[in-house]
Amino acid sequence: MTMNTDETGEDDGFAEVVTLGKDAPLRLSSGETLSPFNVAYKCWGKLNKTKSNAILVCHALTGDQYARGKNPITGKEGWWPKVIGPGLPIDTDKYFVICPNVLGSCSGSSGPKEINPKTGEPYGLDFPVITVADMVSAQVRLVDYLQIEKLFSVVGGSMGGMQVMHWAVNHRNRVKTAICIASTWRHSAQNIAFHEVGRQAIMADPNWYEGRYFEKKDNRPHAGLSVARMAAHITYMSEKSLTSKFGRNLQDREKLTFGFDADFQIESYLRYQGISFVDRFDANSYLYITRAMDYYDISVEFGGSLTAAFEGTPVKFCLMSFTSDWLYPTSESKEIVRALNAVGAQVSFVEIDMDKGHDSFLLDCPDMFNIISGFLEAEDDFSERDRS
Amino acid sequence: MNNDLNHPRASDIRVDLLLIATMIPEGSRVLDVGCGDGALLDYLRREKNVDARGIELSPEGVKKSVAKGLSVIHGNAEEEISHFPDNSFDYVILSQTLQAMTRPDRILQQLLRVGKRAIVSFPNFGNWRVRLHLMLFGRMPVTKSLDYPWYSTPNIHFCTIRDFVNLCRELDIKIEKSMAVNSVGGRMGLNAMALTNLLATQGLYVLTRE
Repeated sequence: MTMNTDETGEDDGFAEVVTLGKDAPLRLSSGETLSPFNVAYKCWGKLNKTKSNAILVCHALTGDQYARGKNPITGKEGWWPKVIGPGLPIDTDKYFVICPNVLGSCSGSSGPKEINPKTGEPYGLDFPVITVADMVSAQVRLVDYLQIEKLFSVVGGSMGGMQVMHWAVNHRNRVKTAICIASTWRHSAQNIAFHEVGRQAIMADPNWYEGRYFEKKDNRPHAGLSVARMAAHITYMSEKSLTSKFGRNLQDREKLTFGFDADFQIESYLRYQGISFVDRFDANSYLYITRAMDYYDISVEFGGSLTAAFEGTPVKFCLMSFTSDWLYPTSESKEIVRALNAVGAQVSFVEIDMDKGHDSFLLDCPDMFNIISGFLEAEDDFSERDRS
Repeated sequence: MNNDLNHPRASDIRVDLLLIATMIPEGSRVLDVGCGDGALLDYLRREKNVDARGIELSPEGVKKSVAKGLSVIHGNAEEEISHFPDNSFDYVILSQTLQAMTRPDRILQQLLRVGKRAIVSFPNFGNWRVRLHLMLFGRMPVTKSLDYPWYSTPNIHFCTIRDFVNLCRELDIKIEKSMAVNSVGGRMGLNAMALTNLLATQGLYVLTRE
């Protein structure tokens, strides 16, 4: 596999889209099948001879495969630049790092925006409803394609953490270690409620056209998607960080306007978050992925018992939560930790004191960096061997 | 006294921890409640091939433990231990932490619920220096190893060795082994209760259910 380098000469990784499942359709949770399907992924570092140094990084709801390096769609830096790279916690000098775009998303993997091979038209709502399990099934096919038998680690935050848990529970012999950050084991009523607000905002937009907006020339459900993003964005931050960042400060004005302009900085900030989101994300993908998260409950195949899901697991776990995260609060990570302890699994857990809310896992968090690197290093028994 | 106990080798762990380590057989399942930076668990895993787990309240301690490759969870010992199943460990260690518990009696029962044996060490408030300090100055003792003023100390339930032995009797806990420990963490060859309670800096006990 050839590697590209960026202007600074650093390993900028390798990106491609692979078409899989031509002969073996991907069976989905709904009972439907996808054949063929595409997985877009990016990777960094080198796979060692024994293929024992591969780490799969799973992205969150609106993330993509561009975890590190420049995102060609937005022109911005990737979403985990301080975690993945040479000398960083997920050290690309030591590990072969793979980051796939999830099924249902809109950065190259099969999803509602992509062309349905059966019709030659974009799928739209003809794309089957998918689950976190289906995202992972597609990743398993990618890992097979890369001829990797066992991943050294699967790492992710938020929805990425859900994929991590799914890998660890349902593909336990193909995962050595699992790092699950700011995540949960099932979507709560509150989580589903916020997502439903977002979906309704998109579907209420007259430019959504029952999901067939791609047939129209210029009309896109930008207003609905932007409101969905605004509502979701509030859940990613803590009350404390909103207060300290914006308070009741006014936006470029001395006094209230007695109108419905963005008088307050927080309004202006949220509007910006909404507007900048619509350029990079597909409204239908937003429906599909939020739905997948709502359907997520790793205990469901085990009669609702988390301990049954983990019984006899050989995987070594590391979980982290953030004190100010109210979307996936510490108590939910602790439920996972306690179930793992109940079955005698190897698990480490840290609640990190950080006041930035759920988004903490994407921010500059030295505690998180140190725990990731410490946990991985302690389990890595190939670096020495490879060097000698 | 075993000379090795006072001369930890490459391991470099505290003498009192080494004393605990000598009591744990090869290959045991061990839970260290309040494991700090994981020094004891790390030693046990390397030297005795134990299956090691820990609970630690301080994030710093958990981080250092995780970096050693240990499975340690962050949380309050009294709450977290209640989530472990019965008999899930051969040994549960509570080193220098009993006095910081809200209910030392309940934690002792919990230790022996999740473990077949418990190893408990605690500072002896019956030590003559403590008694002398209280008698001479009329103030709560602040010693080198317990250097907090009374109002901010996390050590809220001090006891003497005699108190501890009485509590074990009340709770039907069997004392399998007891050791008096001196100020540098070495074992003292004391047997009589009155003398032990006066001279020992720490008590070290191996407990099991009646």
